[in-house]
Amino acid sequence: MSEKRAADAIIVGGGVHGAAAAYSLASAGVSVILFEREYLSSGGSGRSAAGLRQHFGTEVNCRLAKYNLQCFPTLQEDLGGEFDLEFAQWGYLWVAYTEGSMDQLKKNVELQRGLEIPSEILSPQEIKRRWPYLGVERMIGAAYCSRDGHINPHTLTMAYGRAAEKLGARIKTYSPVQRLLSSGGKIRGVEAAGEEWSAPRVLLTAGPWSTKLAATVGVCLPVTPERHNLLVTEAVEPFNCPMTLCLDDGAYFKQLPNGTFFFGRDDPDEPKTAESGNSAKFLEGVTKSVLQRIPVLKGTRVAHQWSGPYDVTPDHQAVIDWTPVEGLWVNCGWSGHGLQFGPSGGRLAKEMFFGEKTFVDIHSFRLGRFEEGDLFMEPAFI
Amino acid sequence: MDTDDVVVCRCEEVTLDEIRAWIGRGYCHFDELKRILRVGMGPCQGRGCRDIVLRELSRATGEPLEAIDPGTVRPPVKPIKIGLLAYGGEDAPK
Repeated sequence: MSEKRAADAIIVGGGVHGAAAAYSLASAGVSVILFEREYLSSGGSGRSAAGLRQHFGTEVNCRLAKYNLQCFPTLQEDLGGEFDLEFAQWGYLWVAYTEGSMDQLKKNVELQRGLEIPSEILSPQEIKRRWPYLGVERMIGAAYCSRDGHINPHTLTMAYGRAAEKLGARIKTYSPVQRLLSSGGKIRGVEAAGEEWSAPRVLLTAGPWSTKLAATVGVCLPVTPERHNLLVTEAVEPFNCPMTLCLDDGAYFKQLPNGTFFFGRDDPDEPKTAESGNSAKFLEGVTKSVLQRIPVLKGTRVAHQWSGPYDVTPDHQAVIDWTPVEGLWVNCGWSGHGLQFGPSGGRLAKEMFFGEKTFVDIHSFRLGRFEEGDLFMEPAFI
Repeated sequence: MDTDDVVVCRCEEVTLDEIRAWIGRGYCHFDELKRILRVGMGPCQGRGCRDIVLRELSRATGEPLEAIDPGTVRPPVKPIKIGLLAYGGEDAPK
């Protein structure tokens, strides 16, 4: 018998938001098909530094981030326990080197504390006391939240996909969607591998690839790709080094539970592309910067580097909304901090599908804000 | 042969049994297994294990070995000390 090419909902894009949406929709009894052009987590999700944080400067992100951190501690078991999610809470440190950055961090922390997120401001002396191996030269201070941490972005995404499958969702990997299909202003499905698949609701969670797909039904998304680089070192003895982000040059580093370190650094000269590739100058720039902050790693070896795409919007905020094409909704444009919002993204997808009131007011993520000129900048982005 | 203690990937200590189990669950690409098990993700990037995993994939899928996607190898090909990358042969600035 041939497979029925229809469902209640089709999801396009197998990153963490697509996989989490498939899981939460399938949990609610919705028949779901998810299409992914390669394997789950192969795009931006799996390539991210996978920091988990509640340090944001806008209320909606703080509220969603707080929910994410409520989910993560039990998520491995909730999703069936097959995958090791490597969840760890070693904290997240935002370091300021100018009075301007410090003022912004203080504002962010005030907002967070008002929402009962346990973040705090630390002096360089306090940083040195807690983490003697960190270099504090030129530091003015930092914002810190001890509850923030790390998760494995691949197993997180795959665990969502696997759990969704067990609930009846169909996960189609290596199945690129060529275009969305609509008629009379309504979505009716997608074309994948030359075949039509129909559904009255389609959710687009394809990160930077969402823009071209939305355009196939005349929807304009102001979401553009940006390539970012990371490196991983060989494993050293774990010493619970918090994720440390340096606001002077955008460099950051963190230790993972297996003892390896990730280093990353913003580079405005990187190509604006969703395709991966390797930038040779990244290695010199990032190692020079990070060694100043954690000189003890001088003799540790870099194992390899990779890159992945951000899906950037003009205000560095996500777009989560129904589009002018009836039945088509989007969740993309997270601008580099999307991986950790998987739990929120999944829950919102289910609530939006059923027309329920969302658990956090996401009006500010609406698609119409760009035309209205009502941008709301997220100050805490990297 | 007893395969539960045959270590295929020495960097990440992944056994043949684990690889076969995950292939059995439908993860039939090298890069997928790498992301789930870390096989080939360590410092040697699969110099020792890649061929073994590809052979297992070929056997499980019935595809000829040369048709199996060998996955990605990333720079640097060999691990390099961070201090050397940052400052070349020079000492770090005081």
